[in-house]
This record gives sequence, C-alpha cells and structure tokens, in this order.
Amino acid sequence: MALNKMFGAIRGRAPSQKLARISSQMQSPSSLRSFCAAAKEMTVRDALNSAIDEEMSADSKVYLMGEEVGEYQGAYKISKGLLQKFGPDRVLDTPITEAGFTGIGVGSAFYGLKPIVEFMTFNFAMQAIDHIINSAAKTNYMSAGQISVPIVFRGPNGAAAGVAAQHSQCFAAWYGSCPGLKVLSPYSAEDARGLLKAAIRDPDPVVFLENEILYGEAFPVSAEVLDPSFVLPIGKAKIEREGTDVTVTAFSKMVGYALKAAEILEKEGINVEVINLRSIRPLDRATINQSVRKTNRLVTVEEGWPQHGIGAEICTSVVEESFDYLDAPVERITGADVPMPYAANLERMAVPQIEDIVRAVKRACSRSARGK
Amino acid sequence: MYRKMVTLQVMDTIFYDAQRQGRISFYVTTIGEEAINIGSAAALNATDVVFSQYREPGVLMWRGFTLQQFANQCYGNEYDLGKGRQMPVHYGSNELNYLTVSSPIATQVPQAVGAAYGLKMDKKDACAVTYFGDGGTSEGDFHAGMNFAAVLGAPVLFICRNNGWAISTPTSEQFRSDGVAIKGQAYGVRSIRVDGNDALAVYFAVKNARKMAVEEFRPILIEALTYRVGHHSTSDDSSKYRSVDEIEYWRTRRDPVARLRMFLQSNRWWDDENEDLLRQDLRTQMMSVLHNAESKKKPGLSNLFEDVYDVIPQNLKEQEQETQAIVGKYPKDYPSDVPLD
Repeated sequence: MALNKMFGAIRGRAPSQKLARISSQMQSPSSLRSFCAAAKEMTVRDALNSAIDEEMSADSKVYLMGEEVGEYQGAYKISKGLLQKFGPDRVLDTPITEAGFTGIGVGSAFYGLKPIVEFMTFNFAMQAIDHIINSAAKTNYMSAGQISVPIVFRGPNGAAAGVAAQHSQCFAAWYGSCPGLKVLSPYSAEDARGLLKAAIRDPDPVVFLENEILYGEAFPVSAEVLDPSFVLPIGKAKIEREGTDVTVTAFSKMVGYALKAAEILEKEGINVEVINLRSIRPLDRATINQSVRKTNRLVTVEEGWPQHGIGAEICTSVVEESFDYLDAPVERITGADVPMPYAANLERMAVPQIEDIVRAVKRACSRSARGK
Repeated sequence: MYRKMVTLQVMDTIFYDAQRQGRISFYVTTIGEEAINIGSAAALNATDVVFSQYREPGVLMWRGFTLQQFANQCYGNEYDLGKGRQMPVHYGSNELNYLTVSSPIATQVPQAVGAAYGLKMDKKDACAVTYFGDGGTSEGDFHAGMNFAAVLGAPVLFICRNNGWAISTPTSEQFRSDGVAIKGQAYGVRSIRVDGNDALAVYFAVKNARKMAVEEFRPILIEALTYRVGHHSTSDDSSKYRSVDEIEYWRTRRDPVARLRMFLQSNRWWDDENEDLLRQDLRTQMMSVLHNAESKKKPGLSNLFEDVYDVIPQNLKEQEQETQAIVGKYPKDYPSDVPLD
C-alpha cells in the first residue's frame, strides 16, 4: 500500500515515464526515496498547519477562529500548537454558532482583519451559508469595491468514512457556482500548502475545501514547497500525470483514485492524462481544453452529486470550446444521486471507486460498449 | 441636531412621493424615528464604524452624506457611490465609516461584533455600532452576536429601534419577553431602555454607552422605544394591518421632530419663522437635487463586471467584450441612457 502511494506521488512529481520505470524495480520505500530529489515527506495535516503558522507569523492581521481550534488543537488537529504559539487573541475557540462566528469573521474582514474561519465540516457551514454568500461573496460587488472581504472559509468537505448523510456532502458545485467567491480544493501536501497560503493572502473571500481522509496521507515535498514564501497560483490546474489517450479531471481525494486507475489502465495500453483541478472557481478551462484537444477524450470524476456538478460544468466548457476535438462523448463519474447512506456496503456503492473510473475510461476509449 | 432631523423628515417625504410618481423604484422612510437616527449619530465619533439595518440614513446624513448623494444612490446614476449595484436606500460610504446597507435582517449584528473585535485588537479609540429593529432580535444572528460580544468583550453598541412593527407583525407576536433590553441582560450585556422619541435622551444614552464600550471593552444594548409612522417600505400599505387612527396619533401627537421643536421654541432658541424658512429651503434643495439626479446618465456597462473580485478575472473580461460587441451591433435593442464604457 505504501509502495503504491509512493508510485502515485512520484508520478505526480516527475511525469517522465523513465523515472517511473526505474522506481518500479525498487522494493522498499527507503531506497525509492534516494531516487527522489525531495527527501522530505509531509502529511496534508502538517502542510495545512505549517501554512497557517507561517501566514500568521508573517501578517499580524491573520487570525484563526472556529470550534475546538485552540485548546483542543483542532477537531482534526490541523491547528495543533497554534494557540500555544500565537495566544488566545489570534486563535479563537468559538461557541457553537456557525452563523454567528461566520458573521463575526466577515465583519472583522470588512474592518480589515484577515480571518481564517474553520468549519468542523462544510456540512455545518450550511448554517452559515447566508453569511458566506450574502455577506462575503457579494459584498465587494454590492459596495462597489468599497468593502473587500479577505476571508478564508476552510474545513473538511465531501465523504469521509461511515459518517452518513449529514456529514458527507460535497459542496464544490454549490460554492463553485457563486460569483464573488474563489473555491479551492487541494489534493497533495504541496497543494495544501501552496493553495492555503494563496487563499490567506487573497483579498477576495475563498472557500477552501479539504478532505478528512487525506489529512493523514503523506506526500513528498521539495525544499521549494517547504519555503515560507511558497505559494501556488489560484485558477491553475496541475497535470499530475501526462498522457496521450484520454483526459481525466478530478479534485481532492479523487485525484488519488484517478492516478491509481491510470496505473491499472497503463497495463492495458491506455495512456491516461490526469488533471488535478486544484481550483474549482476559477476553473482552469484553458488547461482542461488544451488537454482534451490533445487526447480527444474526457472523463470527469467527482464524489459529489451528479446534477449541476463540477463534471457538468467541465463537460459544457469542453463542448463549447473544443467540440470538434472530441472523439467520444464525455463521461462523468459522480457520487450516487442519494443522501449518503451509512452501511459500509451501501456507502461504498454511493461513491466512485477506482473500478468505476477504469470502466469509464474504457467506455470513452471505445474499448467497451456504452453503458458497461 | 434639530435641523438634521427636519432635513431627514423632508428628504423622506419627498423621496417617498418620488417613488409614488414612478421616479425611483423603491424607498424606505424613517418617519417617526428621526430622534434615534440623529440623536445617536450625534453622540458617536466619526471613526466609530456603523453597521445599519436600513432605517438609519440619518446617521449617514449627520456624518456629511449630502442630499445629492442620497438621490444619486436612489436613482442609481453614474455618481452613485454604489455604482448602481444596490436597491435604493442601500447607502454606503467608506469615508464616513458607514458600511453599505445589506438587506438580510440582523446579519449586521455579528458583523459589527467582528469589526469591534478588530478595533479592540488594534487598540483604536473607536467602537462598532449596529442598528436593528424589534424584529431583528428574533434572528439567530442577534443571539450569536450578543453572545459573542459578551464573551469576547467587544466594544460594540447594539441599538435596537423598537418601533412596534416588523412589516405587519406587531411586537406582541414577535416575542413574549418584556421588550428587548431584558434580552441583553440574559447574555450578560449591560442594557438600557430609553424613550426613542426624545432626541436628547437618546443622545445622552448613546454618549454614555459609547464611553463604557470603548473604555471598558464591553458591549452595550440600548433599546429605543419609538413608532414606525411610515409603511414598512413603498411596497407596503400598513393601513391593511393597523388602524389609521393609531398611525395618525403617532404621526401628529408623538412626532419626535415636533417634540424637539417645542423644547427649542420654549427656550426661545427657535421660532416659527425659522421653521418655515428651513422647510422651504429644504424643499427647494430637494427638488433641485432630484432633478439633478434624474438627469444624470446611468453607470457605464463596465460597472456590470467590475468588483466581483478584487481583480477582474479573465472570463469576465471576455464576457464584457462580448457584451460590448453585441450592444454595439444592435444599439436599438438596448437602453440609450447606458453608456457603453
């Protein structure tokens, strides 16, 4: 399992096929490591923690607010050590009122502070969504540029494991449709660091969709990524794996699934290009279209519900701009159109699995009949 | 203070009529609540940050927003500070520390607390002030704001205009508590109830509250009792749910403007002649202000696409170019008073 992870991670770092062939001959992770320029590994959790730490050190206007972020070190330990380092003025444990502390965060952003508002999950942010949309997203526009809202809303999004309907919804599509918001979703530790730093520095409100399952996953990070000045651009997707036969788009946890599917498909002679969206809004339509014009086939992957989903938007973008380049209908893989069930077997069937991605790619490559 | 109260009253009357004549699309009057507006505004510093509901233009007026600026916003012309983005009466001015009015009820309450926290962190000699009606105290945001302000020790003034009505809902159907001041006490917030139609009472209450808030880092709640003489807005006809006699009684016998006038006149600081001159002058000003605002062009097309984000993104730039091309190609299908730039 760990070896597989390394493969995926190395491919993500160095897309050349040569390196992948060399590393496939190695047996142990430690010797693999000697082939990487990046000697260090970092979990997504530590990546987020270090990003917040560095930005709070660099700018005294940045502060963190949310339930359990202080004394408890964070519900998922993302804010570990921060209360001890920065004190209760800058790391605020809040009473249980999402609507309240979101409104307060937005108000303080109106004043000129740079709040990071943590939601225990984005499901609970629905209690505060009026403030996210009506008070944050629309305000710069409605005030004619007089009031800017440099706020970051962050927390776990989407399915976890066995937490059922009210803890598993993916909000990428809802927030992604709202003008005035920027919406980001990291996959790797590098994504987590670079995108969160960019979000904190951005003058517009940013919704930062993390993933609980990814918090504990480790990824190699280069010295550049570890530098406090490291930042990734908002609105740029990343080609995690270069390919020639089909483009697969994904974000967050599904990027890992897509990469694994790509390995399986490689053995069957299908060369998959995996795009890690990184940014839901603005969507990097240029990179996606450029890729589809190269491969001529598209499969979109997401955990959220199908209707009005991210895949629907990507499909339309490609149909609008690259229709003549498509050799097959666009396939979209999404979560099932049901509230998330609890029973483990049902839950497994309600979210995309690697096999689903493999089958969809084969359909797109006309290797199997439609509908299989 | 008195002059401003009269100005507010005259402005409201004329804008209301203008809406009825179809000259502006919508309006919200402050009739009956002039004392709260001006009395509180006069007791604040210019650097205190104001988070209003929508029935407090007097605060903005006190700080220097001109009649012309009010009119420009209502007409949404090219001089509107809001660039035609918001409905009438949704004024805002960074310069005067008055945040652009936002319609959803009571959302400004926790926002004010957030800003107050910022002021406290920056050690500024200023407080945040938020206004809301009796109805606003039912919203979840009111609970959250009050609770947080108390826990955080935020220097914020909560000024409740208890005017008896939330559109058609009287306070007896809004809550069963003994008014609003007691709600503040429940959260551990020092609270006071004042006669909202006594401009001087409001002034002194706010003055003292402000001192406590700024020096002791605590929130204060002021419940100002008053009556909403006008309709909820131009989309409402309040005679449908309350008696005309009741409205007339408060409009004539309990008018806060007349009350201050009596006080001034009894002290011989004012007389009927001054009154007539003032009102006449104001009417003339308002007429010219309206005419001026009406004759101006609307904001240009580019204002549709700007300020969505700090920096205009590529997709919006493309949409703007496409729109300009289409409007340029079929000019007859588009309003002629919207400039293309």
